[in-house]
Amino acid sequence: MSRALARMVIWRVAFTVPLLLAVTAGMFALATASPFDPIRQYLGDRAQTTSPEIAARIRENWGLDRPVIEQYLDWLGSLLRGDLGESRSLHRPVVDVIGDRLGWSLLVVAGAMVVMLVISLAVGALAAWRRNSWLDRFITGTAYANEAAPVFWTGLIAIWIFAVQLRWLPSGGLTDAAATTVRPTDVLRHMILPVAVLAFSQSSWLLLFVRESLISTLREDFVTGARARGLRERTILFRHALRSALLPFITLLGARIPELVTGAILVETIFSWPGVAGTSVRAALAADFPLLAALTLLATLAVVVGNLLADAAYVIADPRVRVLGVS
Amino acid sequence: MARDTFVLGLSGEPDNLNPVLGYAPDGGSLLFDGLVTRTADLELKPALAVELPKTDGAGTTVTFKLRTDVRFHDGTPLTSADVAYTYQAVLDEKNDSSLRSDYAAIESVEAPDPETVVFHLRYPYAPFIQRATLGIVPKQSLDRPDFNARPVGTGPYRFVSWTPGDKIVLEADPSHWNGAPAIKKLILAYASDDNIRATRMAAGDFDATELAPKAAARFEKTAGLTVYRVPSADYRSVMFPMEAPVTRDKAIRKAISLAVDRSAMAKTILAGAGSAAFGPIAPGTSWYDPSVQGSPTADQAQAVRALEQAGWMPGPDGVRVKDGTAARFTLMYPAGDSLRKELALAVASDARRIGVDIEPAGLDWDAIGPRMAKDALLMAYGNPFDPDHTNFELFHSDFAGQGFFNPARYRDSEVDALLEKGRRTADPTIRKQAYDAFQRRIREDEPWVYLVHLQHVYVVRGEWTGITPAVESHEHATGGLFRNLADWKPAA
Repeated sequence: MSRALARMVIWRVAFTVPLLLAVTAGMFALATASPFDPIRQYLGDRAQTTSPEIAARIRENWGLDRPVIEQYLDWLGSLLRGDLGESRSLHRPVVDVIGDRLGWSLLVVAGAMVVMLVISLAVGALAAWRRNSWLDRFITGTAYANEAAPVFWTGLIAIWIFAVQLRWLPSGGLTDAAATTVRPTDVLRHMILPVAVLAFSQSSWLLLFVRESLISTLREDFVTGARARGLRERTILFRHALRSALLPFITLLGARIPELVTGAILVETIFSWPGVAGTSVRAALAADFPLLAALTLLATLAVVVGNLLADAAYVIADPRVRVLGVS
Repeated sequence: MARDTFVLGLSGEPDNLNPVLGYAPDGGSLLFDGLVTRTADLELKPALAVELPKTDGAGTTVTFKLRTDVRFHDGTPLTSADVAYTYQAVLDEKNDSSLRSDYAAIESVEAPDPETVVFHLRYPYAPFIQRATLGIVPKQSLDRPDFNARPVGTGPYRFVSWTPGDKIVLEADPSHWNGAPAIKKLILAYASDDNIRATRMAAGDFDATELAPKAAARFEKTAGLTVYRVPSADYRSVMFPMEAPVTRDKAIRKAISLAVDRSAMAKTILAGAGSAAFGPIAPGTSWYDPSVQGSPTADQAQAVRALEQAGWMPGPDGVRVKDGTAARFTLMYPAGDSLRKELALAVASDARRIGVDIEPAGLDWDAIGPRMAKDALLMAYGNPFDPDHTNFELFHSDFAGQGFFNPARYRDSEVDALLEKGRRTADPTIRKQAYDAFQRRIREDEPWVYLVHLQHVYVVRGEWTGITPAVESHEHATGGLFRNLADWKPAA
């Protein structure tokens, strides 16, 4: 099995290289086609008090006057040497900018994934167990509505309820506004809303999947057999049915990574959370190309690695499984 | 109310904290000091310089003497080499400084001895000293890899930490040359949304904040909070392309100026936090010519008279026509700017009443740029410090059609001469006369129709002495009410 796993990993990594090339080339093409002028965005208000010669000189310094292919190859060359360049708007190395923020993003995303898993498993199983009851209808109804609701809407509602009306939780930021140091308890309190909103907004699909999968498993022969042997319904549900229903769940989880990334972008923006995802919005608005390119790479890698982990977990969990790249 | 930590809720987080790269050039930084600073009356006074500089007879050599008791936050003493480095770094093409245009008059900077800095200018440039508020950085600081993340200055506050997207923490420098500030810890917390800042102000998260007029109204009657409405030079104005068929006619521009209801704009669109504007120089500054006046309310009858005298007669669809040309043009505004959008719609609806058809169009700046030669545009500028700033580039014929410089392509030899005289003369009386004449000439010709001057609105918790509102600029980099926070003291 470990050999099969290794072959899969190698195959995937080999596939990642052309994928990243395609994504970055596409990104360069889009940036060139974009109507936004990076110099204008860089100068901001000052664009209107800056003489055209000076704007032209900055354009030249950034190499924006050269052909796109040349700019792309240049960027790619630096990337291969491990140089991600300097953020144009923040005037700091891209590596530092991302390094400062990546940890906070991972904290929220990891927290949200754990909560999401627990909620969708527990509530999904509950709905399947009590299927067609009012509880089941309430759960599935809420899940469908939540799946349709945009994350920023859910986030603003949560702020309005918990921060403005009840005043239980802070409305944003990493720590209290007056705090001058980063204390773990303070961060924890500020994490609750972003993590909850992200987890809640991403969990409905999984929850519905768990419910469907369990219901169909409960109709299978081995469940009927277990029931015939007089096992308790709860034992059947959790020890037998849930286990076998869980396998495709792992793959689904991997496939959800892109949506988790976009969800994180919105959640970080709403809650002024100092992570990388919120920064990508800023980088895009500022047409800060070096930063945006690095963040896009990071997001692509997150998706590839997420899927790889999910498939690897699948191979480990079920040796019968043959995934792409493993014959 | 003695408290150690003071939290400012601000709207726009700076991209970097380096004055060379464009951070707070007009003295809005508490981390850095300039050679000079401003009083509440916008008079210049020495800061890192011991006295205001001496300018030679030709007006092209400006000499500053420095204080000798100033140290950077890392302990190194400030010398003239740091000052020269700062200005040279701004001018260095390789640094892509967004400020370079403002310092175009400087030919070279030298530091003949540790206490002396000499600026050589390309041409006599009286307003140069207004630009000497630029924060001074230590020499070679741009080569330090972490300077933009951990800046070192000489200002009343030292840098402690920055959580990007959230806040910047500063602490008072007890050994600052101008005395230790009363507020020991200062936190600049960032939230771009007006409603979120208002909520956090109400919740007690912030001790002071800047707000849109409508969002500030709820604090008007709250005990313990004070609302400050600070006048500004920040104007909104309609720029008319002088080479386009309809707007080139002075009668059209005059009629629109008469037909717009400026007081209604100030009352409803600005929620009372603004006043009618008739020219580029703000009332309340010493440069303002009080004879530049007009009626704040609309005068439709006179507007119609002006149009009919010029031959613009009502056409079949209600839009006036002259020699086969309909009085119809487009008024652009930047799409994301709701204030300019509301003003553009108000101008269009006022103009319709006198038979001029204006079509408002919300566009992105990149789309606006190429269209400025033929379509009108809702502009926002205004700087209270020196009338040369922006006006020279906006109205001098040399700059006609150069990007955002003189986008109206306005050409008037009298205005050119006045602007040049104001720039090149050192004598304040002669300068004042030149700019008075300039203001009257612009009011007479109306290449731009000025609508309103904005007020900037702040809410502050607690009782303080030392809060001195000054006429503010369009740009936010001046620090506004908080520019002299180091002088604030709890009221006894």
